[in-house]
Amino acid sequence: MIRTFRFGFLALILFFIYLPIGVLVVNSFNDSRYGTSWQGFTLKWYERLLANESLMTAATHSLTIAVVAATVATIIGTLGAVALYRYQFRGKAALSSMVFISMLTPDIVMAISLLIIFIAIGIELGFISLLLAHITFCLPFVIIAVYSRLRGFDVKMLEAARDLGASESRIFWKIILPLAVPAVASGWLLSFTLSLDDVIVSAFVTGPGYEILPLKVYSMVRVGVSPEVNAISTLLLVVSLVLVIISQLLLREER
Amino acid sequence: MKQHISQFRFWAIGLITVWLALFVFVPNLLVLITSFLTRDTVNTIALPVNVENYVRTLDLLYLQVLVDSLGMSLLAMIVCLLIGYPFAMCIVQLPKRWQPILLFLVILPFWTNSLVRTYALQFILGNKGLINNLLLSLGLIEKPLQLLYTKFAVVLGLSYILLPFMVLPLFSALEKVDVRLLHAAKDLGAGAFSRFWRITVPLTSPGIVAGCLMVLLPAMGMFYISDLLGGKNLLLGNVIKTQFLNTRDWPFGSALSVLLIVLLGFMLWLYFRAAKFVSRQGGINDSDF
Repeated sequence: MIRTFRFGFLALILFFIYLPIGVLVVNSFNDSRYGTSWQGFTLKWYERLLANESLMTAATHSLTIAVVAATVATIIGTLGAVALYRYQFRGKAALSSMVFISMLTPDIVMAISLLIIFIAIGIELGFISLLLAHITFCLPFVIIAVYSRLRGFDVKMLEAARDLGASESRIFWKIILPLAVPAVASGWLLSFTLSLDDVIVSAFVTGPGYEILPLKVYSMVRVGVSPEVNAISTLLLVVSLVLVIISQLLLREER
Repeated sequence: MKQHISQFRFWAIGLITVWLALFVFVPNLLVLITSFLTRDTVNTIALPVNVENYVRTLDLLYLQVLVDSLGMSLLAMIVCLLIGYPFAMCIVQLPKRWQPILLFLVILPFWTNSLVRTYALQFILGNKGLINNLLLSLGLIEKPLQLLYTKFAVVLGLSYILLPFMVLPLFSALEKVDVRLLHAAKDLGAGAFSRFWRITVPLTSPGIVAGCLMVLLPAMGMFYISDLLGGKNLLLGNVIKTQFLNTRDWPFGSALSVLLIVLLGFMLWLYFRAAKFVSRQGGINDSDF
């Protein structure tokens, strides 16, 4: 009795979580323009999407930002996690609370603070400002992913390496990095998806010269339902889903 | 050798410190400073230092938005808690090999585009959307209900997007509850409700507060949710966005953000007090946060 109820409840909630996504995906193949009823299967919205040059440019821009931001965030974040894990230094508590703060700060506050600093130090709004902003909000996620991995390490191994005369950078390249690779890779993938998904921060630090996909989609959906948006949204969902599944599998394997 | 050690250490510590200082610490400081400056049409901000901007936040118009958006966010938080708690409990009670799969199914949408998912809700709530179509065809209503562009839609949107943030901390708190305590209570004659209320809830309260914060912190800033679902029902994020991008009144926009942070900081403070209180009472700590 309780089991059936429990199963029913879980299924119901999951159903509601996935229902809107399902309707969206179905509508992207729906011949009806407004998606109020099923008018037959079509791929024409996808064809139109591919022919829509400004959307395609925005998509390329977004992918560029996501790849570069995820890579830089992963490098700085991984090194940062190692620093927090291995070293004692002055200001360490301040540093970790800064990571904590940047994780908890509402996006909107991070958005305006970044806009203000970019204007203050004279960074032109566009590619560079978007990139710097995306790296900044990806960083804590990488740090936490890698750090929680490092915490599971056997410290004796690192001590042994040092006793045998290995330098810090050698320890990093030969021991820490190989063992942390799954967490580093998953940090990269999560940064990539975060960057592709962001609307709030990007809306503030974007410039007229460099349009990115989420903002383009945002301006389109504000006007109303559009079948091309359904198609591009479906593609975005698929990309995120694939990446998240890969990153979860990476993390699982190492457990 | 010594040279080598210090070099790696130098870069590992240095890079992250410089980045966070430049793009987290200093910018936040600048927001605080800007909030005490004056609007200027040429340079955006100008000198006379004053508290005018904060006085303006007390204006009835803005106070209304603040109260409204706090209300909608709190409601979304409660909805998430009421759905998330039983949900997390159900997952904990499942066999171990099922747990990761279900957790994964809940977190999965979190990593997909939240703008797209908000937009997808329009298909469900719209005048010709799924709910109205269903009710109309069942003959339960004569004409479509106005679901979209209401406060209800904003609360639903916020809960929908933020639910995973609630489930995760609740799950990790519930997972740690020692089942033997519950068995002991049962043996001593405590009923199901009293076991839940007097053992499970107090022991998981750090998880409850953590989950509530994870929902509440971002909620008020999510301007695209109210934009797509709320119509005239604005969140504080919409006002801040308008001040920065349309009206170009940065000092006032900054003052509103500072207000938001202070409000959220106050709630964080409440959280840590509650966590401390609980750890004194029940001997658990908030290491999961």
